[in-house]
Amino acid sequence: MKKAILYINQFFAGLGGEAKADYAPEIKNGLVGPAMELDKILQNAEVTHTVICGDNFMGSNTEKAVERILEFLEDKEFDIFFAGPAFQAGRYGSACGNICKAVKEKFGVPVVTAMHEENPGVDMFKKDIVIFKSGKSAASMRKDLNKMAQFGDKVLAGEKLGTAEEEGYFIRGIRHQVWLEDEVPASDRVVDMLLKKIRGEEFISELPIPELDRVPIAEKIEELSKATIALVTSGGIVPVENPDRIQSASATRWGRYNIKGMDRLESGVYKTIHAGYDPAAADADPNVCLPLDAMRAYENEGKIGKLHDYFYTTVGTGTTQAEAARMANEMVEYFKNEGVDAIVLTST
Amino acid sequence: MKEIERAGITIVQMANLIPVAKTVGANRMVPTISIPYPLGDPSTSKEEQWKLRYHRVGVALDALTTDIKEQTVFRVKI
Repeated sequence: MKKAILYINQFFAGLGGEAKADYAPEIKNGLVGPAMELDKILQNAEVTHTVICGDNFMGSNTEKAVERILEFLEDKEFDIFFAGPAFQAGRYGSACGNICKAVKEKFGVPVVTAMHEENPGVDMFKKDIVIFKSGKSAASMRKDLNKMAQFGDKVLAGEKLGTAEEEGYFIRGIRHQVWLEDEVPASDRVVDMLLKKIRGEEFISELPIPELDRVPIAEKIEELSKATIALVTSGGIVPVENPDRIQSASATRWGRYNIKGMDRLESGVYKTIHAGYDPAAADADPNVCLPLDAMRAYENEGKIGKLHDYFYTTVGTGTTQAEAARMANEMVEYFKNEGVDAIVLTST
Repeated sequence: MKEIERAGITIVQMANLIPVAKTVGANRMVPTISIPYPLGDPSTSKEEQWKLRYHRVGVALDALTTDIKEQTVFRVKI
């Protein structure tokens, strides 16, 4: 018999509500709360342990909580990990997402959770893990545990899995190669879609574009001649020794480098480490990617007040949106602390 | 890019793939000429490259001072 472990919060463990939300993580042998029901309906595995953690403990000490739980799990044998369902509880949803993601990364086992579509945990983690669509409250506990268990059974049995939509979990945005039974080639399918579009008929795209996350337009700069402007690039321009060892693809690191008093970026002193384009031109003249020379000229002319003393750089190929967002937020700290008013970003 | 704008800092993106910049949600955009050499074609003279770069960076700076109501791609002449 294969083995499963379930993560739940203090409330579903029967310990208490808000007053107990600081409850430190623990692992219990056997079944606590929803684990009983899950164990009953799960066919291909038995639930051997229940992990319990207070939502606030997880929320405010995420790293510590995750680390401790991973330690609990290190000497346990398990083939699948469940969490929740978290319904519409935001902190619980985020906790389920955090722990599932960490367990998946560390142990490589399938992880399954469930949340209501308005739970912020959905947007935070749907790309990383399988999140089933749950009801709003514990009233749908049984139904939601069923969805999780059925999927878990399929995975454990090695059955062929359908798409996210067919299975009923939130789309992760992962593309799979599939063989179509009717063997209609892509060229025919796309022309069929085009014809339908021309005729104004409904069609289903094979490559749905995820909904856009828009940010409000930042206000214009009133007096450019008094503003401090910083240069940022995703084109991988770095000092030739790449002191911060920024990766050439799928970057998780970025750097800022002093350009005070420099009129241009000299070849041989700066280069690009970006693996997504031919570096010849940018290596020969880094200004074609990071236009320090032009910015300095505008500073000297007085069109801008000041060019910020550092440029900021990373590599924007294969870089996940989450990593890009984190790096940008780290840069923003510097911009705010050092009085940068506006940014010119060059991307490749 | 978006995170910087989300923080309230005015930003202009100079990009070759304007449709991508639009899709990901850039608000102020200025086109560049290519991916490997956004602001200076190495097959042209240094002077031509400088002219192009100086012009387009100037457009980007003007974009920062322009009030916009929607995603805007600013026009370049060179």
